[in-house]
Amino acid sequence: MMIKFENINKSFGKLEVLQNISLNFEMGQSIAILGPNGSGKTTLIKSLLGMVIPDSGQILFDGKNIKNEFAYRSEIGYMPQIGNYPPNLKIAQLIDMMKDIRKGKKEGIIIDEEIIALFKLEEMYQKPLGTLSGGTKQKVSAALAFLFDPKVLILDEPTAGLDPLASELLKSKILEEKRKGKLIIITSHIMADLEELSTHVVYMQDSRLRLFKEMEALKEEFGEDRLSKIIAQIMQNSKKKTELVK
Amino acid sequence: MQKTIKYVVYDIIRNRFVMGYTLLLLLLSVSFFWFEADPNKGLLSLLNIILMVIPLVSVIFSTIHFYNSYEFIELLSAQPMSRRTIYFSQFLGLCFSLGMAFLIGVGLPTLIFDGSMRGLTLVSGGLLITLTFVAIAFLASVITKDKAKAIGVALAVWFYLCILYDGMVLMVLVNMADYPMEKASLVFSALNPMDLARILVLMQLDVSALMGITGAVFQNFFSSTWGVFISFVLLLLWVITPVFFGYRIFSKKDL
Repeated sequence: MMIKFENINKSFGKLEVLQNISLNFEMGQSIAILGPNGSGKTTLIKSLLGMVIPDSGQILFDGKNIKNEFAYRSEIGYMPQIGNYPPNLKIAQLIDMMKDIRKGKKEGIIIDEEIIALFKLEEMYQKPLGTLSGGTKQKVSAALAFLFDPKVLILDEPTAGLDPLASELLKSKILEEKRKGKLIIITSHIMADLEELSTHVVYMQDSRLRLFKEMEALKEEFGEDRLSKIIAQIMQNSKKKTELVK
Repeated sequence: MQKTIKYVVYDIIRNRFVMGYTLLLLLLSVSFFWFEADPNKGLLSLLNIILMVIPLVSVIFSTIHFYNSYEFIELLSAQPMSRRTIYFSQFLGLCFSLGMAFLIGVGLPTLIFDGSMRGLTLVSGGLLITLTFVAIAFLASVITKDKAKAIGVALAVWFYLCILYDGMVLMVLVNMADYPMEKASLVFSALNPMDLARILVLMQLDVSALMGITGAVFQNFFSSTWGVFISFVLLLLWVITPVFFGYRIFSKKDL
């Protein structure tokens, strides 16, 4: 199983969000997608989920073009940046609904409720989603992403709104899934988290792919052990470059 | 799809607004029938209220609901689920909820106080008008990028169909008064779902005598089974066309 982006281009009106992106992800990799705000990270993720449709290029999931397809998504667990749910549904109903939807889409479906237990979501099962705080919604999003034991996990800023304890719990869960050989794609601005969780780094800036390397190789190349310093260096370099071009 | 519809409906029904809307309609219809000795007149007053209130509420509520469920739509689109299922379960869920509100608020009292053919025409016409404006709201929602614009477009369509259109038709009819316009006015009214529903009910109420020759032409057309059939088909087309175009756009839309 692997994911392949081939020359993806996307623009929203005049604004180019993705320019000629080609990438290759394989099972067992844990990929950190980095870049300044508005560099196209979320758009890249959304195009993989079929939520954004590229203007040109194709995305192959397990060798098959995902255009107009939806069944492949039964292998993906997605945790969005902002989880907003129907305000009148209760947590229990949302989870039941997701189970309902996924049932029959894939044979021998495994339900993984570890996150629900870790975050003690059962205690809040009868609360309507509209009354939840941002952090609790984030926990619900995490629970849904891991619920069906998917082969591919896409986590958009997973720890952003979580308290330190919850954040640690989630990270240990991500590491556990990583050990199982899953493909994990994470975006985050918290370098320390990414350093812990990922094996590969994708760096995007100004809607282009600037770098795709293994974490270890990157550290060696820059002679630097801290990801945050490496990224700061890259950002500065590319800033200089763009200034030169101008 | 039924599963998703179930949850969409559940979410809407628990919304206080829909409950309030149902109660308002119930209050209006019951009071019209109660205070009007002649059920004919009660029905007529009810018709006028329905043709203003129902499209407005349906179109605004649906647009707001679509944008409020935007993240939910996003969530569903990350699941193994086609865009078609997502779009139509939202649409059918709204149709069901607002349709039920109408049937309880207007349908029930109408059938109790006036269980005749004209009552039935009013109820089915009103129901189709509800669906039409839900469909228009969905089209308005998918062609725009934010809630405010979508509500703007939806309101513009409502204003055009409910107020502007009749004024324009009236202007044409007055200016062309020297020509026989009976057939033309028949066509004009067929092009507006509101007029269609209104005339369908009026014809059942035998007030066409007040409308001169045009009334006679209308009476001729809309009282025949064929005419009623065509009107209902046209009303259905007013539901299907916007939904279909909305779906075409939604299936290629970036979420």
